[in-house]
Amino acid sequence: MPDGMNTKTAMLEIADLYGFYGESHVLHGVSLEVRQGEVVTLLGRNGAGKTSTMRAIMGIMGKRTGSIRFQGTELIGMAQHRIPRLGIGYVPEERGIFSSLSVDENLTLPPVVKEGGMTVPQIHELFPNLRGRGSTQGTRLSGGEQQMLAIARILRTGATLILLDEPTEGLAPVIIEQIGVAVRALKQRGFTIVLVEQNFRFAATIADRHYVMEEGHVVDMIPNDQLHANMDKLHTYLGV
Amino acid sequence: MSHLFGIPPQALFGQLLLGLINGSFYALLSLGLAVIFGMLNVVNMAHGALYMVGAFVAWLLLTYLGVGYWGALVLAPLAVGAVGLVLERTMLRRLYKVDHLYGLLLTFGLALIFEGAFRHQYGVSGQPYPIPELLKGGINLGFMYLPTYRGWVVAASLLVCLGTWFAIERTKLGAYLRAATENPTLVQAFGINVPVMVSLTYGFGVALAGLAGVLAAPIYQVSPLMGSNLIIVVFAVVVIGGMGSILGAIVTGLGLGLLEGLAKVFYPEASNIVVFVIMAVVLMVKPAGLFGRER
Repeated sequence: MPDGMNTKTAMLEIADLYGFYGESHVLHGVSLEVRQGEVVTLLGRNGAGKTSTMRAIMGIMGKRTGSIRFQGTELIGMAQHRIPRLGIGYVPEERGIFSSLSVDENLTLPPVVKEGGMTVPQIHELFPNLRGRGSTQGTRLSGGEQQMLAIARILRTGATLILLDEPTEGLAPVIIEQIGVAVRALKQRGFTIVLVEQNFRFAATIADRHYVMEEGHVVDMIPNDQLHANMDKLHTYLGV
Repeated sequence: MSHLFGIPPQALFGQLLLGLINGSFYALLSLGLAVIFGMLNVVNMAHGALYMVGAFVAWLLLTYLGVGYWGALVLAPLAVGAVGLVLERTMLRRLYKVDHLYGLLLTFGLALIFEGAFRHQYGVSGQPYPIPELLKGGINLGFMYLPTYRGWVVAASLLVCLGTWFAIERTKLGAYLRAATENPTLVQAFGINVPVMVSLTYGFGVALAGLAGVLAAPIYQVSPLMGSNLIIVVFAVVVIGGMGSILGAIVTGLGLGLLEGLAKVFYPEASNIVVFVIMAVVLMVKPAGLFGRER
């Protein structure tokens, strides 16, 4: 990828984002930006607002104020089903594999929103576990395979920004390794990725920068190459 | 062979045919209820009233515009579907975020309004609707005489039921529907306009009721209360088959119709309650219904 202008362009810019679920106020002025081709993580304790930030981007939130811009387009106020059509793919924490759909149906469910998405054979190359499982009921896959399927179905759509919410949660180390390989491969393909992670050892192996969240806003930003120098600070933030 | 289990075969097959016809209506109506419940979580108490509206649209088309049966078979479901779209957009939509009981109460109220309005306008005596020319007469099957129109009703409802099942279980559109039934938020987050899908689902579900109404018009009289007589049994069918199960609705509808027919032959006193006895037993043994999944 050529450096210069392209890599410096902010693909996603969030400024002063406040978010509410009904009466409860969950985001208190989040500001961050993600450049094209970057892998950025959101770190923080449970309830810090990481998942809520992702849901706010997708419009799955009662009320939002502030600004969320994707490639210059303001997402706040946009009809919810139009947001993914701009090229944003969402992989939720609970994975969201549909039990009444087969693996193939799950894989091909999200509509293709842009050209340039991966083909099914390319996806099978990335996630060999999914090969030959097409007619299996989606939720009969193992947890790790369901996570792969949840990521895989977004790759078909041509989305250029992928929101990955805790892809390693509850998975065995060997599966986490596989997911890591896949995410690195996606980065090489030029996908821009926002990753929510509790497991910052995993995050450190793939991310360019880390945003630390606390109580509904961003409190720090640590480039990956300065992660070691900031370990003590990070331990305090995360309470580990 | 003049007697089968001590019953004249004419009587047995005659009742079985009646059962099959009732079963066809149960299947068509419970199918619509199942589709609507699956997607909207609304127990559509207006279903019977909209079935009646379908029959009345056919009758009105014939009486005032001279549009015959075949035209009505297309126009009446469209009209009922359009009524459904308006109801969903203007009223039902506001209730998705509150307890499901409100949807049930609203649609029950709507049913009363529809039935009351038609009763006020047309009385309760019922209007006859002629069998279309093409389907008059009957066929002698050897063991029984099959009136052509009744054969048509069974075949047409089966075809519509199977077509609907295929569309939901085997097509892309059906995959969206199944997925949105499970997790509408996520389907929306993939870029699909779920609120429009919900409206169309309701419209389609009640259009099936409208279609059943047209099919029923030449058999039963077109009367404002025709729906309320039927809908109680249909709800029992839905409970037995399993709330929201497509295949369950079809199989249970037909099966219970036949069973009712058999009861009429062997023990007529039980024919009116056999469905409800089965419902009670099923609820005790398998509360989610024969084809339902625990939620």
